[in-house]
Amino acid sequence: GCLEKGMRLQVSAALKEGQVTPTQLCQRCLALIRSTKFLNAYITVAEESALKQAEESEKRYRRGQPLGVLDGIPISVKDNFNTTGIETTCASNMLKGYISPYNATVVQKLLDQGAVLLGKTNLDEFAMGSGSTDGVFGPVRNPWSYSRQYKEKSVSKSLSEDEESNWVITGGSSGGSAAAVSSFTCFAALGSDTGGSTRNPAAHCGVVGLKPTYGLISRHGLIPLVNSMDVPGILTRCVDDAAVVLGSVAGHDPKDSTTIQDNFKPFELPDLTDVSKLSIGIPKEYHAPGLSSEILALWSNAADLFKNAGAKVIEVSLPHTRYSIVCYHVLCTAEVASNMARFDGLEYGHRSDMNESTESMYAATRREGFNDVVRGRILSGNYFLLKQNYENYFIKAQKVRRLIASDFVKVFRSGVDILLTPTTLSDAVPYMEFIKEDNRTRSTQDDILTQAANMAGLPAINVPTALSERGLPIGLQFIGRSFQEKQLLTVAKWFEKQVKFPMIQLEEVKRLDHGVFQHQKSASFS
Amino acid sequence: PEVTAEVLAHLERLALVDFRDAEGVERLQKAIQFADHLREVNTDGVEPMDSVLEDRCLYLREDDVTEGNCTKELLKNAREKVEEYFVAPPGNIPLPKLDEQETSLQGS
Repeated sequence: GCLEKGMRLQVSAALKEGQVTPTQLCQRCLALIRSTKFLNAYITVAEESALKQAEESEKRYRRGQPLGVLDGIPISVKDNFNTTGIETTCASNMLKGYISPYNATVVQKLLDQGAVLLGKTNLDEFAMGSGSTDGVFGPVRNPWSYSRQYKEKSVSKSLSEDEESNWVITGGSSGGSAAAVSSFTCFAALGSDTGGSTRNPAAHCGVVGLKPTYGLISRHGLIPLVNSMDVPGILTRCVDDAAVVLGSVAGHDPKDSTTIQDNFKPFELPDLTDVSKLSIGIPKEYHAPGLSSEILALWSNAADLFKNAGAKVIEVSLPHTRYSIVCYHVLCTAEVASNMARFDGLEYGHRSDMNESTESMYAATRREGFNDVVRGRILSGNYFLLKQNYENYFIKAQKVRRLIASDFVKVFRSGVDILLTPTTLSDAVPYMEFIKEDNRTRSTQDDILTQAANMAGLPAINVPTALSERGLPIGLQFIGRSFQEKQLLTVAKWFEKQVKFPMIQLEEVKRLDHGVFQHQKSASFS
Repeated sequence: PEVTAEVLAHLERLALVDFRDAEGVERLQKAIQFADHLREVNTDGVEPMDSVLEDRCLYLREDDVTEGNCTKELLKNAREKVEEYFVAPPGNIPLPKLDEQETSLQGS
């Protein structure tokens, strides 16, 4: 049906030709959101405003004047982006009830293109975590938990008992966005990526997750975690769609002085047929401890795929990879300590009833508003920033960061165009298993393959590759040179075409989508 | 390094976040132990990196007022306000010391 298509050629064309209207599309997505409520992917569904936006889009199509490819396309946004008139919570008690007075630049840009904002998606509290399990609205469930592919592979006694206890996590922290795209409730979603928060859930949910180069997309309106590493992330069902969304949001923003001033030109991805001029690097340190044999084999097969197609595939070394997590731990907590200082209850957000003094009110507000994970990071960060620790921890970590970034520079300078690595150490684990370890331990383990790209500010993308033995998605990651998104996405698109990742078989989608098109069995999107 | 009670109190004051219990303190100690792995890396002669965009000039716009007049909008999200002021409880009152704090917490 039409819900299952990628955007560019199919749905956009359908909208243009009047085969489906923006209102119909919006209503279908809203209905699907309702019937997949158990996924807990959405914190806020902006039904009224979405339908209004869809109506406006419909008027434009009738006049024959759509704003572009994104006009009328339903999207969702991670709940750490400000959205005018819509609650923005960061999945925290600290911001419950906070109604943004402005749109984040990326949100504004999408709305200016006619995109229809369906709602705000769930995440780990303040984007801290790798499971999307630690927010105040509860954990997000991976749609694949309910797929025919997963159910077929699970050894079950009673169906209902297993569904309740066997569901797997989405990964995080942009789990809600990944689940929303994966379950067809929207065509694209915004996430954020500081240590892998877009690519990790993309891998677990079988969708494309793009982390752009630091400085390409505006962070204005994205509630900051680590100012020197945060980027808005893009989640879609195919690489072409990611390129379209990128084209709509990238570019200099005077409101974010960390966006580069180079002129950004949106691009279409060519259909690569000849990869013989390509040099693919395989960093040996990404064969990390704990990497499942399944993913290792898949990674190896992917390298062979490129080799057999004529590309040059070579092993490379990024020697400081294993320090990126420690480095991140110090820099992240330090920047978090600073960024979280703004939450004092005075201007916005939660405010404690404690009224004896400013300091006691601040302390009580922050105790009541933040969960343990956030509070722990604030305290650690402040420790590393103490005068007696500054040099040995914060400055030291900044030096290690330079070493990590230089590793990449050296490899790219040696003639390698793109790096190919796994995205995660394993497929998605069941929630009951995930919560046995604490947040920091999990983040430490799960971020190892994604974090270094944030350290170096490089663009990276997860491409869904195959299903695991348990019937769950496994993705592989491509890392590119700074600001070379076109090359990165071109290679990713070629790879996507080769692997033909299967479409998720979800009952809820089939039931609702008696759409205009015949349901196509083929998994190729573009 | 052993984290002294003095440092803990100091951190709570700086962060305006409390450790709450022994678990919180343990979490900090584990975090420090973990961070100590940084010592394994030789960083002689390496400059600290503030930003991956260090080779570029930061954009600065003209110091002209281009937007504003949104007082009403901004005040909407504040809980305590009077006319166009955010209202804070009295300042210049230090937080109670650690043991005093325990009793004040019990009271609240």
